[in-house]
Amino acid sequence: MVYTEQLIEQLRERARTVRVRIIEMIFTAKSGHPGGSLSATDIMAALYFHVMKHKPDDPKWEDRDRFVLSKGHAAPALYACLAEAGYFPVEELKTFRKLGSMLQGHPDMRKTPGVEASTGSEGQGLSMGVGMALAAKLDRKLTTTYVLLGDGECDCGQIWEAAMSASFFKLDNLVAIVDRNKLQLDGPTEQIMSIEPLIDKWKAFGWHALEIDGHDFKEILGAFENASQTKGRSTVIIAHTLKGKGVSFMEGAVAFHGKAPNKEQHAQAMKELGVGADGK
Amino acid sequence: MASSRWKMVSQRDAYAETLVALGAERKDVVVLSADLSSSVRTSVFADHFPERHFNIGIAEQNMMGIAAGLAASGKTVFASTFAIFGTGRVYDQVRQSIAYPRMKVNIVVTHAGITVGGDGATHQMIEDIALMRGLPNMTVIVPVDAYETKKAIRAAVSYDGPTYIRLGRSEVPLVTQENDPFEIGKAATMVDGKDVTLVGTGIMVAKCIEASDELRKHGVEARVINMSTIKPLDVKTLVKAARETGGVVTAEEHSVSVGMGSAVALALGENVHVPMRRVGIEDTFGESGESEELMEKYGLTVESIVDAAHDVLRRKGR
Repeated sequence: MVYTEQLIEQLRERARTVRVRIIEMIFTAKSGHPGGSLSATDIMAALYFHVMKHKPDDPKWEDRDRFVLSKGHAAPALYACLAEAGYFPVEELKTFRKLGSMLQGHPDMRKTPGVEASTGSEGQGLSMGVGMALAAKLDRKLTTTYVLLGDGECDCGQIWEAAMSASFFKLDNLVAIVDRNKLQLDGPTEQIMSIEPLIDKWKAFGWHALEIDGHDFKEILGAFENASQTKGRSTVIIAHTLKGKGVSFMEGAVAFHGKAPNKEQHAQAMKELGVGADGK
Repeated sequence: MASSRWKMVSQRDAYAETLVALGAERKDVVVLSADLSSSVRTSVFADHFPERHFNIGIAEQNMMGIAAGLAASGKTVFASTFAIFGTGRVYDQVRQSIAYPRMKVNIVVTHAGITVGGDGATHQMIEDIALMRGLPNMTVIVPVDAYETKKAIRAAVSYDGPTYIRLGRSEVPLVTQENDPFEIGKAATMVDGKDVTLVGTGIMVAKCIEASDELRKHGVEARVINMSTIKPLDVKTLVKAARETGGVVTAEEHSVSVGMGSAVALALGENVHVPMRRVGIEDTFGESGESEELMEKYGLTVESIVDAAHDVLRRKGR
């Protein structure tokens, strides 16, 4: 599949806007998880602005594809995508983490239009994705369920229980993406609890496994295309990413797993993301 | 386990029968098992509707997550295993994936309590009511017998939100009639009385009825309440009974420190001051043995209830 430069450029611009929103949200809330939101941004932008079938003006549309943010702490990235897609006004993003907000610290499917699953306790989203994919099979719906996993989350046993069952039920309508940013809260994944060889583990569990650069839109789109053509088994895309991608001092910095930027850092981040004095 | 006055019927079989009926009536009913389908009888549903039964293997956490995903896609889900594996082992999954987003998942467990018998303490779940009643959005039901099991399962299907339904392993006394009404959150008065109230749940309701017979021999008219919904608790019926009889005894096959009795004590404590006693398993794990022997050893007897009632009656007089 050839992707036009125009499409790639559109997605890059969408992703840039999403990154700006993420920084704004976390700065305004004075808390949140920038690192893992920024590493997942390009993958989510590709899904929300090109790959998935969905209707922001009809969030419960039966034939929509599903997206489960298993790494729920990347909620800012999800909310920014949903707002940009039109599920709710961008203005709402200012209420992130505030009392009475529809935008909880971690995704709440009962409060936020477009959120498909309540997540936040690591390790549970893939099981929910298996349930959604099974339901689609039962209903003979040609929908795809996408589950975004953190790499730290792959420490959880439940992920592998779910991986085993997806394979057993031959869920070719289920696609998992591992945001392989190589850092978890306490430090590098390979120093805290090694998950390598990660691709071999997924293959051993019966999955069709791909490895891509999670910031290269051609590779991201190509992988989703590849997944859609794979029959009889689930696909996992191990997306190599950079934690904090797009903001120099957050890139590869464990410190920004769950910390908000201060005023100076916020200004620096906006500058790096190409935000002018007009705020765009 | 009970005197010969009771007809003994399996709740598990009643559950299976109801599931099959529901499966035929409703296409949205999906059932999940975790390598115990023959024990919890979901295998019967699987025989009738193989495409709507999924055996997840010994992976209860995954089962609860899959249940949530199915429910998020509009299915009415039953997830079944033993009480021990359907609560403590999966507490976080039930909390995060099911209770918090209010998924329509019915967790129907069997082999609850000490009457599991020979398997011993590792399989005797005596704190599940505590875990489940502490969860916001969760409804906790302990059907008293086979008839009530059928009604509770049907009520759960038309109920908006998750339920926890606690069944036993053994056959249990049939204490209700087929046509008795059942409503989630409504306690039933099984025996009228004015001197003391015996509140039972599960198999202890039959013991309470037997205890009321014993007490009658001593001129004591005990009221017996079947508290089959632990949450939401029928505080109105409880307070009324406490006011009218002046004393309350609770009886449950569960840890006495964190179960139905403590829920009742809390509710009464805030509403009416009457002497009270709780019968149940003390703060201890069980052990292997025959169900009857275990009931005897751990104080789940008619005698314990009668003694507790006499104690309450004495304190009432003060």
